[in-house]
Amino acid sequence: MGQFMLQTFGHLPLAWLAFVVVVAAGSMAFLAGRTTAMRYASQSTSRLNSQPNYHGYFVAMWTAVPAALVLLVYALFGETIIRSLLIGELPNGFAALGDLEVTQYLDRVGEASELPRELYAGNALFAAITDRYVALSGGVKLLAAMTALVAAAIGFFYARTQLAAGFRARQKVEGGIQLLLFFCAAIAIATTVGIVVSLFFESLRFFATISPLSFLFGLEWNAQTNADFGAIPLFFGTFIISLIAMCVAAPVGLFAAIYLSEYASPRLRGIIKPVLEVLAGIPTVVYGFFALLVMAPAVRSLALWLNGLPFVPDEFFAASPTNALAAGLVMGVMIIPFVSSLSDDVINAVPQSLRDGALAMGATRSETIKQVVFPAALPGIIAALLLAISRAIGETMIVVMAAGLRPQITADPTAEITTITVQIVALLTGDSEFDSPKTLSAFALGFVLFALTLVFNLIALRVVQKYREKYD
Amino acid sequence: MTDTSDDTETTKVSHFRDAAAQARIKKRHAAERRFRLYGQAAIGVALFFLVLLVVSIGSQAIAAFSQHKVSFDLTLTEEVVAPNGVGDTEAIAENVSGFYQLVREDLAATFPEATSTNRLTQQLNGLVTRLAVLPMARATANAPGRIGETVTYTTALSDDLDLYLKGAVAPENRLRLAEISAVARLDTPREPGQPERIQLSSTDGFASLSGALDRALQPADNRSVLLQSGTNVIRLVEPVGETATFELLTGSADGFMGTRPQARLILLAESARNMSDRQIAWTLALRDEGRIKRQFNWALLTNADSTYPEIAGVLAALVGSLFTMMITASIAIPVGIAAALYLEEYAPKNRITDIIEVNINNLAAVPSIVFGLLGAAVFLNFLGMPRSAPLVGGMVLGLLTLPTVIIASRAALRSVPPSIRSAALGVGASKTQTVFHHVLPLAAPGILTGAIIGMARALGETAPLLLIGMVAFVAEVPSGPTDEATALPVLIFKWSTGAERAWEPNTAAAIVVLLAFMVLMNSLAVVLRRRFERRW
Repeated sequence: MGQFMLQTFGHLPLAWLAFVVVVAAGSMAFLAGRTTAMRYASQSTSRLNSQPNYHGYFVAMWTAVPAALVLLVYALFGETIIRSLLIGELPNGFAALGDLEVTQYLDRVGEASELPRELYAGNALFAAITDRYVALSGGVKLLAAMTALVAAAIGFFYARTQLAAGFRARQKVEGGIQLLLFFCAAIAIATTVGIVVSLFFESLRFFATISPLSFLFGLEWNAQTNADFGAIPLFFGTFIISLIAMCVAAPVGLFAAIYLSEYASPRLRGIIKPVLEVLAGIPTVVYGFFALLVMAPAVRSLALWLNGLPFVPDEFFAASPTNALAAGLVMGVMIIPFVSSLSDDVINAVPQSLRDGALAMGATRSETIKQVVFPAALPGIIAALLLAISRAIGETMIVVMAAGLRPQITADPTAEITTITVQIVALLTGDSEFDSPKTLSAFALGFVLFALTLVFNLIALRVVQKYREKYD
Repeated sequence: MTDTSDDTETTKVSHFRDAAAQARIKKRHAAERRFRLYGQAAIGVALFFLVLLVVSIGSQAIAAFSQHKVSFDLTLTEEVVAPNGVGDTEAIAENVSGFYQLVREDLAATFPEATSTNRLTQQLNGLVTRLAVLPMARATANAPGRIGETVTYTTALSDDLDLYLKGAVAPENRLRLAEISAVARLDTPREPGQPERIQLSSTDGFASLSGALDRALQPADNRSVLLQSGTNVIRLVEPVGETATFELLTGSADGFMGTRPQARLILLAESARNMSDRQIAWTLALRDEGRIKRQFNWALLTNADSTYPEIAGVLAALVGSLFTMMITASIAIPVGIAAALYLEEYAPKNRITDIIEVNINNLAAVPSIVFGLLGAAVFLNFLGMPRSAPLVGGMVLGLLTLPTVIIASRAALRSVPPSIRSAALGVGASKTQTVFHHVLPLAAPGILTGAIIGMARALGETAPLLLIGMVAFVAEVPSGPTDEATALPVLIFKWSTGAERAWEPNTAAAIVVLLAFMVLMNSLAVVLRRRFERRW
């Protein structure tokens, strides 16, 4: 009978459990707290400090939050606990298997446990393990539910003892709300910490097998075969493509911003600005397809045509079907609105009095812009360009689709080239094994990428902040 | 100025008026015009690329939204269609081989010349992909009463021939020839499968055809010339003289007598194409019979992914994206608003809030792929969550969108004037009551607008989803956020890498679907802003 209950419980989905325990207990606690407070109000001679509802919220808070925390812990670590219990009970034969094989076996067990038992009853060992898995997860789930209920009860009774006519329930509830808001704000910090810690530790595991020097300064990259991990070709590819992108985005974006803020009529500005913003809203995968469909073949035919010219040596250009130039150009187009809207902001922040002064001296508009507005806006423009470079370095889909996979150091923009982001994607798709240097190298690359973009962003944000203070 | 200069004896031209000064001014004005032109050129370049992008993708997508379908009058014999009996509808719905057999038999009956060799039979069967008969099987399973009767079903034409009919395979010149005056059979085929040779005479001595061949400038071994009259199709064996020799691909030679056949010059060698001249001939014959029609490609919107482009659709990916977005919204929006409330309304000015502030701004600029690495390391590896699930994808995108929502919400909160807060506090409301009863409702439209724009961006994110395994081939519509699924942008990425030519228009069509959803979300944001925006 108990076994059957555990089995039934093991099949029960967690979401329902959480919902029932937290919401039901919370609302009952709210009603109870409110009723108590109303009783105080009618009995006592002094007035209630807080509205009865606040008493209700207070009790509900103390009931629901502990239960929710217990369930959260279960949701995050329940499966791990169940698995480690199950692994301890596995027959001796499993000791010979590797960790990955055991994990995959348990994955299958987990999947089978949701199917009707007849489907796997034929394999006695598997069926037995699956039954045990269901029973164990039922047990752990039952334990979690019980703990949650006990936590809720403790919280409830503690809160009940606090209630009194003079009890400052509103302040307590508001304190709780403020704490909740603080935790939400802290999630942003937690995300950064999570990024840094996970990248750092996975990179450490990688550098335990590969020396950081050979990673940072090696010239050969053959990660797919777990052979060479010299990342210079990837850094070079990232640099070349970002350079091409900035050659497009910086002049076009800057001139567009200058024209829009200094020359264009308000009506033209009202039309052009949203259109440029459309460019910024297009997903990068669409740009990638555009690069693959239109730009890469165009670059290829251009290179073939150049190769055919009499004064160009034979096969001077690689004319690869996926090439650095196509990816870089399209990335540049993607970044144009980014540069233009950021520079537009800083140009507009330059006080009008500076312009008026220059114009009054007889300078033409372009002279005013070149000699007064631009120097005044320069720090902000540099910050905008730095942010744009950081975007270009971190951009993934365009290069994955249009730049290619071959790590090589070449100045030929029509050759296939690869970048940090392309390699991260190539190394982490398809393979779920987390122990090979191949997978771990993706994290090392990610760490470099994160550090690189962080430096650019920090400098840019600092400059922007300083600059803003100057003219505000 | 002029008055004073006239007074002096030695009429000195003003320093600002002499020829050199005029030249200087001219130069400066030219520089001014150039500078202005650079600005216009920059905007022109940006607009040019936008137009190029829209046109190139749009023109591809239009091709994919329609599709050629072949109709078949099939007699649904029970032994073939329902080998387990009429009652077993599940078996009927999955009986692809049975229905494909019916389709093959029908094709063979229509084109008996293909039955002579295996190679030709295979080519003929290539007109319809095996899995494309699945809708027939399902329709029959839903109406088992049809079994035993003759029913008209339509099914997708193979993707290559579909592209041929849409004119996307090779450049093709078409012309109407003069009337055929004589038909003579040259020999009967020596080997099975070899086409019969016939000789035709034309009233103009094939002058128009040889003229077109000369203009086409393509060597004879690099082109095919097909002549069609009704359901009869022949292929030219060059050279063309007063009379010309042809190979009979399908139909009968006599069908050309007295007709004005249409000639097609396909300017690409047969070996360089994915379809043979025979297959083209059969397709043309079927179209002439009215059995091939171009229709709206509903399969693209209602099917899940497939390995065959003609029956692949975006539905599963769309549902996967929907689940992902639900998780993303339920994380990013409440947490983002709460964080913004804290930072804007509660936070004391101290080191910790400064750090949080800098941190959020930085987080907004972290490359999205880094969030994918976070998801792979923490959610998949450390917490053991399921791979390829919208749950994990949604959580990663939620963290990615969080800074955007926080920044937008803070801006909206900041735009609520302090007088509102002062008034509420003045009548005795607590800080929290002020914020939740007065400030937040007034900031809500702005917050919502920012949140929707953030969601639209998250909808287009691809890279982080690749790293957490949402790139798996999923042929079934997911039923929940923990099922294996893929997302629309990832599907676009996968289709764009497809080897077959037909994936290109399909990818463009999927992009159109994605952009349609993004436009929808963004216009919702614009409407909200217009409707509720309040200027203080």
